[in-house]
Amino acid sequence: MTSVPMPSALTPPRLQRAVLILLAVTLMGVLLLLPLVVVFSEALSQGFETVVEALETEDARAAIELTLLVAAITVPLNTVCGMAAAWCLARFQFPGRTLLATLVELPFSVSPVISGLVWVLLFGANGWFGPWLDAHGVRIIFALPGLVLATTFVTFPFVARALIPLMRAQGPAEEEAALTLGANAAQVFWHVTLPNIRWALMYGVLLCNARAMGEFGAVAVVSGHIRGQTLTMPLYVEALFNDYDWVGAFTVAALLSLLALVTLGLRVLLERHMDHGRGAA
Amino acid sequence: MRRPRRSALPGFGLTLGLTLTWLSLIVLIPLAALVLRPWELGAAGVWQSLTDPRVLAALRLSFGAAALAAAINLPFGLLIAWVMTRYRFPGRRLADALIDMPLALPTAVAGISLTALFAPKGWIGALLVPLGVKVAYTPLGVLVALVFVGLPFVVRTLEPVMLDLPAEAEEAAATLGATRLQTLCRVVLPALAPSLLTGFAAALARGVGEYGSVIFIAGNMPMVSEIAPLLIVIRLEQFDYAGAAALGLAMLLLSFLLLLALNRGQHRLARHLA
Amino acid sequence: MTGVAVTLRGLTKRFGNAAALDDLHLAIAAGEFVALLGPSGSGKTTLLRVLAGLEFAETGTIEIGGRSMHDVPARKRRIGFVFQHYALFRHMTVARNVAFGLEVMPRRDRPQPAAIRARAQELLEFMEIGGLADRYPDQISGGQRQRVALARALAIEPTLLLLDEPFGALDAKVRKNLRIWLRGLHDRMGLTSLFVTHDQAEALEMADRVAVLRAGRIEQVDTPDRLYAEPANAFVHEFLGESIRFDGAVSDGAVRFPLLPGVMLPTRCAAGPAVALLRPHEIGLRPGGGPAVVESVHAFGPLCRVRLRLADRVIEVLLPEGTSPPAPGAACGLDLSAARIYPESPRAGS
Repeated sequence: MTSVPMPSALTPPRLQRAVLILLAVTLMGVLLLLPLVVVFSEALSQGFETVVEALETEDARAAIELTLLVAAITVPLNTVCGMAAAWCLARFQFPGRTLLATLVELPFSVSPVISGLVWVLLFGANGWFGPWLDAHGVRIIFALPGLVLATTFVTFPFVARALIPLMRAQGPAEEEAALTLGANAAQVFWHVTLPNIRWALMYGVLLCNARAMGEFGAVAVVSGHIRGQTLTMPLYVEALFNDYDWVGAFTVAALLSLLALVTLGLRVLLERHMDHGRGAA
Repeated sequence: MRRPRRSALPGFGLTLGLTLTWLSLIVLIPLAALVLRPWELGAAGVWQSLTDPRVLAALRLSFGAAALAAAINLPFGLLIAWVMTRYRFPGRRLADALIDMPLALPTAVAGISLTALFAPKGWIGALLVPLGVKVAYTPLGVLVALVFVGLPFVVRTLEPVMLDLPAEAEEAAATLGATRLQTLCRVVLPALAPSLLTGFAAALARGVGEYGSVIFIAGNMPMVSEIAPLLIVIRLEQFDYAGAAALGLAMLLLSFLLLLALNRGQHRLARHLA
Repeated sequence: MTGVAVTLRGLTKRFGNAAALDDLHLAIAAGEFVALLGPSGSGKTTLLRVLAGLEFAETGTIEIGGRSMHDVPARKRRIGFVFQHYALFRHMTVARNVAFGLEVMPRRDRPQPAAIRARAQELLEFMEIGGLADRYPDQISGGQRQRVALARALAIEPTLLLLDEPFGALDAKVRKNLRIWLRGLHDRMGLTSLFVTHDQAEALEMADRVAVLRAGRIEQVDTPDRLYAEPANAFVHEFLGESIRFDGAVSDGAVRFPLLPGVMLPTRCAAGPAVALLRPHEIGLRPGGGPAVVESVHAFGPLCRVRLRLADRVIEVLLPEGTSPPAPGAACGLDLSAARIYPESPRAGS
């Protein structure tokens, strides 16, 4: 007697499976991969020289530096506050906890344009504090502080969101054990909490940073589009595109795409670590 | 907020204080401005500013295209999530990372590259010209961009639920005489229905507010392909702060109501699937 | 519904290197209620799943009602399968769950919707849970879910009913009631049933015959009393009921034991290592000196349990009613004449 070996009765016929996989892969190829490919292909369409040239202009340099500066300010601030939020939300029960958790995630459900708009409403020329700031020579909108504030708003939830589910799953037992062994608050944090959450923390920081560097809508509203001064890289892409500097726009876009690819790569690595940590727990 | 249950763990006051301060400064006070400023126009003024035909057209486009894109993403997401969770094939890990591409790629980059792809001379646009289909600089372009942006929300919502589907339920259906198609329609899809709705809501919410990936490909013709967030930007540029705030608040409230309704539907569907 | 005969010949299935089924043969008569008993990992569930067409053996044949099941997909086998955790459809009411098998029938065979509803209700009444028709699975108790799962499986009028650990998820009291009820159901409906369990009491109490599985093979299939009284080998003996084991060696047609000098039992086993196995009540005590020392005596009701020390071992024997128990500290000899002697098989003790 011969019978065809099959892993399970639920396994569909081979042909059907192949067709489904092919369809899905094609869909992903067209919808997800092609936009990425086009960026690099357009950037390199005039050869490598032009790419280097486009990145060596003063405006490009200024845009890159500004982007790094904004991220360097917002990411650490949001990391510290995100950890604080995760600690009080994951480790304590108090009235209003659910409300606070919802508020912390709120910026994710607000349109980027609105995230920029609210700062203009406060500090713009017609804003609540605009005239007073103007009289004292302080510029927030159309300047670095505005970019930082808008970016901070948009990236506010990333760290807390990465930490809270993990910390809740881990529970407070290890920290309580450390307390009974005589550790003080700082020691508990450094020796128990931080090692337990390090991968999730890096994950949150990674996503926070990617969004901070790539944010467009929110900063577009507060930037004022002053070349060499208030253009971050995504805004610079827009400016070049609108000037019909096709290669220039796609060159900067390619640089941002590399950032996205690196982020995705690191993310896969971190997720593997996090799964591993959870498996061992 | 007071602590009702004593806890031995340190740092409650410090972290709660820091969180509340930061939250207020960065999120709550700015949003308060959004809620309060429209009323400088008076209630009638707000109403007038929102019922302007151009505003209505923009809102219709933003919500309509977002809903349609989310609906298109349901079969797309279902197909991709199914293949990713059920089958092993070469390149699967790469494909899995690719699903998050729309979330990782800065929206401005997605915007110009979709424009390049779908422009009449672009790789895909050139194929569509003989068919008489124009995507770039039309409302169809808005739809394409929103499908791109919303796809990961549907896929990532469905995947864990599909992994959790008990194989036994499908096996039980088979022993009871159901064909694969019957099992799919009567057992698998109903079990996925709540998460399909969740994914739809997430994609919709993202699509309504989307700006960067849309404005390049949309062409931004008033009354035709102008999205609501762009209209906010235009009003700000005209120093019409109250009008911009009114539109922003209206968008926020509309999405909120929509999500609330979808959430209730989702709860009703999910009641017996917990 | 009338049960059908089932014949399995030479079923083999491997998962990687491990054999889940290893040249397994089993014949079940029409109308029989057979239990599959064995330690976990012995292939019980795999056997059920292969029968139902949910998994496939690499070699061997399955005949159900005289018909080969080769190339018959699960959905056409008309086998009622009750899953271990019931696998009820969570998004359907109890009634819809039961009706499912009828609703998915090909159009030409499918009853009218009203007839389907009536049939489902009838089955629920039969299961004594008619009032639960509109509830959802998460709104009823474990025992009720069990009945729904059974009703659902019976709705397709199966000729063969397979149950995977049907009582595994229930508490002891519900289990006991359901056992009696299920056996009654089997008899009334004239089914052929095969059920998997790792609970000996359950298997011995309910089944017409019990098949003992080990590592994908059937060690013995027999009625419960014969299985207990005449185990086919040392594994079955030790798996079913309490056993006391003495290792020994066979030479010249008799087995001798290092622990018990002077004891010699005739046997037809070939020369080599062997084991003697007895139930606790089968060991007799010979007062008046010997290798065993009485440690303690517990008498309760009709039983008298005596703990004996034998070299570095402690064994417990049961003395029949009316025997006067020895005093603690007394030395005595052991009467092993009732022992069953098996050659030491290389697989034993694994």
